[in-house]
Amino acid sequence: MLDASEGFTTEDGRRIGGVVMEMKNITLRFGGVVAIQNISFDIREGEIRAIIGPNGAGKSSMLNVISGFYVPQEGEVWFEGRQRPKVKPYEVARQGIARTFQNIALFEGMSVLDNVMTGRLTHMKTGILSQSFWLGRAEAEETANREVAERIIDFLEIQHIRKTPVSRLPYGLKKRVELARALAAEPRLLLLDEPMAGMNVEEKEDMSRFILDVNDEFGTTIALIEHDMGVVMDLSDRVVVMDYGRKIGDGTPDEVRNNQDVIDAYLGVAHD
Amino acid sequence: MFYREAGDFKTSYRADSQTFPIRFDRYRYYVVLAIAFLVVPFIINDYWANAILLPFLIYAIAAIGLNILVGYCGQLSLGTGGFMAMGAYACYKFMTAFPDLSMFINVILAGVVTAIVGMLFGLPSLRIKGFYLAVATLAAQFFLVWLFNRVPWFYNYSASGQINAPQRTMFGVEITGPLAPAWATYLFCLVFLTLSALIARNLTRGSVGRKWMAIRDMDIAAEIIGVNPLRAKLSAFAVSSFFVGISGALFFALYLGAVEVGEAFNIQKSFLILFMVIIGGLGSVFGSFAGAAFMVLLPVALKVVGVDLLGWPTDTVAHFQLVIVGALIIIFLIAEPHGLAQLWRLAKEKLRLWPFPY
Amino acid sequence: MPDQVLFAMEVTLNGLMAGVLYALVALGFVLIFKASGIFNFAQGVMALFAAMTLVGIMEGQVPFSHLINATFGTDIHHFGWQVPALLAIVLTTGVMVVLAWCVQRFVMGHLVNQEPIILFMATIGLAYFLEGVSDLMWGSEIRTLDVGLPQGINETIDAFTYDLFGYGFFIDNLDIVASVIAALLVAGLVVFAQYTKQGRAMRAVADDHQAALSVGISLNFIWVLVWSIAGFVALVAGIMWGTKSGVQFSLSLIALKALPVLMLGGFTSIPGAIVGGLIIGVGEKLFEFLLGGLMGGATENWFAYVLALLFLLVRPQGLFGEKIIERV
Repeated sequence: MLDASEGFTTEDGRRIGGVVMEMKNITLRFGGVVAIQNISFDIREGEIRAIIGPNGAGKSSMLNVISGFYVPQEGEVWFEGRQRPKVKPYEVARQGIARTFQNIALFEGMSVLDNVMTGRLTHMKTGILSQSFWLGRAEAEETANREVAERIIDFLEIQHIRKTPVSRLPYGLKKRVELARALAAEPRLLLLDEPMAGMNVEEKEDMSRFILDVNDEFGTTIALIEHDMGVVMDLSDRVVVMDYGRKIGDGTPDEVRNNQDVIDAYLGVAHD
Repeated sequence: MFYREAGDFKTSYRADSQTFPIRFDRYRYYVVLAIAFLVVPFIINDYWANAILLPFLIYAIAAIGLNILVGYCGQLSLGTGGFMAMGAYACYKFMTAFPDLSMFINVILAGVVTAIVGMLFGLPSLRIKGFYLAVATLAAQFFLVWLFNRVPWFYNYSASGQINAPQRTMFGVEITGPLAPAWATYLFCLVFLTLSALIARNLTRGSVGRKWMAIRDMDIAAEIIGVNPLRAKLSAFAVSSFFVGISGALFFALYLGAVEVGEAFNIQKSFLILFMVIIGGLGSVFGSFAGAAFMVLLPVALKVVGVDLLGWPTDTVAHFQLVIVGALIIIFLIAEPHGLAQLWRLAKEKLRLWPFPY
Repeated sequence: MPDQVLFAMEVTLNGLMAGVLYALVALGFVLIFKASGIFNFAQGVMALFAAMTLVGIMEGQVPFSHLINATFGTDIHHFGWQVPALLAIVLTTGVMVVLAWCVQRFVMGHLVNQEPIILFMATIGLAYFLEGVSDLMWGSEIRTLDVGLPQGINETIDAFTYDLFGYGFFIDNLDIVASVIAALLVAGLVVFAQYTKQGRAMRAVADDHQAALSVGISLNFIWVLVWSIAGFVALVAGIMWGTKSGVQFSLSLIALKALPVLMLGGFTSIPGAIVGGLIIGVGEKLFEFLLGGLMGGATENWFAYVLALLFLLVRPQGLFGEKIIERV
């Protein structure tokens, strides 16, 4: 097993650092339904961490807990060495956690550029008065943030649709724009909710490449949910496996692959 | 001259995010400004000022204000009439309490007071959404009108219950009261409209505008990417009410001169401004101009056609106006939710490619 | 018993009666909203239009006579016959059904799947359109409507309370009749919705458009049906208010009174509309009676709205509304 504080080096030589986020004994209930039952795991700096499991396993709920949209009834969430109090989702975003959504949640009435620029909102501080008159500060801030946004746009190869209204884009491109918006925030932790859902093989390969590049280029810590096991195993450094709201496996892809509970959950088990 | 963007390259992000990125648009904008400021004041007369120009300028300010709230931030308000009344009465109180204060300051202060009141009535927007909120804003409409009607302090205990704009001058020229020349009132309103449009445009192209639009398009996603929904909505209510308050102050002090609140600022006024925004185009500053112009010109045009040409009685023409306005609202909502502004954009798109569309 | 308490009791009773009428208008809103997600701002104007049409038919007035006279230089006003009230009501119901079909065919049919706020604004447009049409068809003067409902003070209650308290309550017969009719109408609608085939289909559509479509329910038919029922409720409300204070433009403003009722009761609940109507009817009358004098009077103009607004801050879905659950 891994050392709790020090981190480790992956097979391809990337350095994985200390614990960034730690979930301790999380339990989440909706009325009488238990969505997550007493789950603990951690996310380390610079790694790609996957949460997998069959439909209804509670993966999305877990992501929503991390991003602050759901508040668990029990358990603690630790981020960067501090326990997170009960917070609003927008405060979580300001702490440096960005995410994408399973059912794309772009701002349909705005252009691609404007959508990516919304990712910069947590970095923009000028107030209404100075923006009203487009004074030096407001303009300088806009230009500086535009440069960051354009870098992300270049990186994800969506320059050509910069000014296109998002509502006119096909599904695959929308997913990429959503990733761009999340990246524009320069997050310390990036959450991806089924980034490959509904894509064909080619688009999946593109998306996998972008995820790896992001991790490589910016050193971004990534946690992702996916139920397509094949893709996840190639992509991630460590995997949490969930089933019926419980954690049934946790470790490197190889460890998880050989875990009997995981095999049962995915392939089904003969009940006597 | 051809309408083209080819060859008009931008070399900086600053140039790319300016108000009129296409050179031709920029020139046309300067020409319009020059005509409005330098030509119209010399040829204006009382009929044009009172029937068309003043209402257009003043309503356009209100429409810009409402468009920020409805078109950009997605919060429907039916309280515009009440907020205009707030601006009018605040302006009246400032005018009578501080006779030496510049009229310019009076109007701005009226806007500020209205902005504060608007934020107060915007507070429920955090918890209630959509038409629940629309209905809640009706509370502002009815309560404010009742307040100005029934609490004598607001109309300085005048016997008639009306408020009358005292005479005020600016640079030695009267701009309120019956003796104010048409060109002076026109210019005063024009300055406010120009400033309002500039501010609205600046706000909507920057981060504040993006927050509003994010809330409009998907409020939950906006919150998750870091927008504080209450602050974004309240700032929209504040900015919107600021413009609406200014519009109400001008409507009272420069246009009507005397106001009976139940008549001048009733719920029909709220609808009128809302219609300007819908017909002009939700989420477009230019659309607010187009919508205001349209709704001001429609009755005039109908009167010319119906009464003068066809010889119909005036009330029949007025009824026809209701039918036409109602039908237009429905048609625009069905066919073109972005209103006249979008029609204009499409026309420009065609023009840009003309004469070789392929 | 002290006079103040007696007055308050009388005010409360009258408030209850007014509340029943509010509830009746609110009911029209709830029906359309449940089945189609449309918040019909034109409900009040529909009541005006229905009452105007009823008066017009009863008096044998020629529709659009002003327009015809102005265009062709003629001078026609009436056909010269009178139609009995009952037949006129049946004919007016027919007109409201035609109107329902037109609304579905020309307006709402084109706006399926639009955001609720767009639909709401469309109904504001519809309200203007219908008001204009009503004025053009029947003129805009105040009309009296008499379909034979009893009016004036109810002697029995007056005498009974006089014997009891030494003070006779003033309760209008019309209000009593209106309450009874409203109660019957509500009961009828509930029975219709619960026990008939169309009623079940209506509830299915309200629950889930797609699913209803997939089991072979015609959405178009259901929506025309719903708008027709709303038209009929509008007619009933129009008759009550028209008889009480004349058929005129202000009749369309009862819709504005019904809105806070809905906010209080929840947009999707029939019992909510009734309870909300009663609370607001009693509340505004009592508030005016107790505090109106101190505040300059006419508090009825805003009391309902402010009450509903404050209430919504505590419970955004209203008294009986379904809880709003947000998802990503």
